[in-house]
Amino acid sequence: MPKTPRMKFSELANPNRFMRMAWWMIPLFAALAALLLAWGLYLGFQAPAERDQGITARIMFVHVPSAWLALGIYSAMAVAALGTLVWRHPLADVAQKSSAPVGAAFALICLVTGAIWGRPTWGTYWEWDGRLTSMLVLFLIYLGIIALWRAFEEPLSAAKAVAVLTLVGFINIPIVKFSVDWWSTLHQPASVFRLDGPTMHASYLHPLLISALGFSFLAAAMIIAAMRTEVLRRRVRTLNIFAAGEAR
Amino acid sequence: MTRAILAILRRDLAISLRAGGGAGIGAIFFLSVVMVVPFAIGPDQKLLSQIGPAILWVGALLASLLGLERIFGADAEDGSLDLLLLSPLPLEIAAFSKALAHWCATGLPLVIVAPLLGLLLGVEMKGLGAVTLMLLIGTPAIAFLGLIGAALAASLPRAGLLIAVLIVPFTIPVLIFGTAATAAAITEASPFGTAFKFLCALLLFSAVIGPVAAAAALRIGRGA
Repeated sequence: MPKTPRMKFSELANPNRFMRMAWWMIPLFAALAALLLAWGLYLGFQAPAERDQGITARIMFVHVPSAWLALGIYSAMAVAALGTLVWRHPLADVAQKSSAPVGAAFALICLVTGAIWGRPTWGTYWEWDGRLTSMLVLFLIYLGIIALWRAFEEPLSAAKAVAVLTLVGFINIPIVKFSVDWWSTLHQPASVFRLDGPTMHASYLHPLLISALGFSFLAAAMIIAAMRTEVLRRRVRTLNIFAAGEAR
Repeated sequence: MTRAILAILRRDLAISLRAGGGAGIGAIFFLSVVMVVPFAIGPDQKLLSQIGPAILWVGALLASLLGLERIFGADAEDGSLDLLLLSPLPLEIAAFSKALAHWCATGLPLVIVAPLLGLLLGVEMKGLGAVTLMLLIGTPAIAFLGLIGAALAASLPRAGLLIAVLIVPFTIPVLIFGTAATAAAITEASPFGTAFKFLCALLLFSAVIGPVAAAAALRIGRGA
């Protein structure tokens, strides 16, 4: 086969190539995450105190990226679910399985930091507001996906069942995103991703975007590390099955 | 096709209504849920009658989740599920009929006993009518959504609790609009039409997405 200078997308499907790439991607992404998070948090602490909320608003630099990542990782999982069902991509279900706990963790961080932020500003840890409730539902869907992964013994049949559940659960993602526009009860509406540009001051927007990038690299490093573990775990499983067959 | 649907309905209803089918257990569980609430809250008649419709909704939801593994569990064990997969009848239609039969055997009894249980909680006459009518629309929606979980876990042994955990997040909209429509019918504080139409829309939506997703899950679960 002649070598093309540009790597094709389909070549990423090769688990061996992935394992080679993971070797340098994990430390690189982890280092980028550490640098960007340190920079973002430093800028965050330099940001002037907010007029009404004072320094409490700085929790935003953790809360908002976690929320974005909880939504983003789920969307990536839905794409991976399509990859499992439609293209039978051999790494799609590995990616999906490894992403679920990371996404669940970010959803939980978002809920917990939101509660800590809500107490001094809204006067309550929890309110049954549209955004909060739909985020809690997203967290529950993540837990359901993890539970379904663990229920099956055979990884391939688990992958297909989970893929269907992930695609059905995707219905919740636009609900979380637009909940602040449909039921504007307590949570503030979108202030970064807007058609007319961000409504946030630069002294807050810059640390927010930098720390969001840092959290994204952190998530990528964790997911790739988990994927590598999963590929190795499946190899061990296959070797064990072969060994058991030969010993018989 | 109608004959095949009727055959599935008749078979599933016969299996669940005869000895060991467990059609009535859901209704008994519903009674148990409603019965423990006054013990937990205290016999405050005014408070109970106020939250009564909501308790009926929660009880009906829990009772509906309870028997979902029965939809495909026994069929996967004895091989009749494979016959359904091989039959010329579209699997979506077969799944739809099975959910309908399941609802007739386990959901309809919940709707029928709901007004009696409402009396226990001291819900007023108007509230009894409202909650029964809304449950009549809401419980089949829960059954169709539950069908997805039942199909996903069809090949798993002892999947009961797992199905409930998978399905609860998806039933929340039904619960939200069901209780909203019930409350609107009783107090007339908020517009009844909006919530009621949303509940009806959810029923239609789940009647389509449930069988389609369930059929997909069954096909890939059985390697077909």
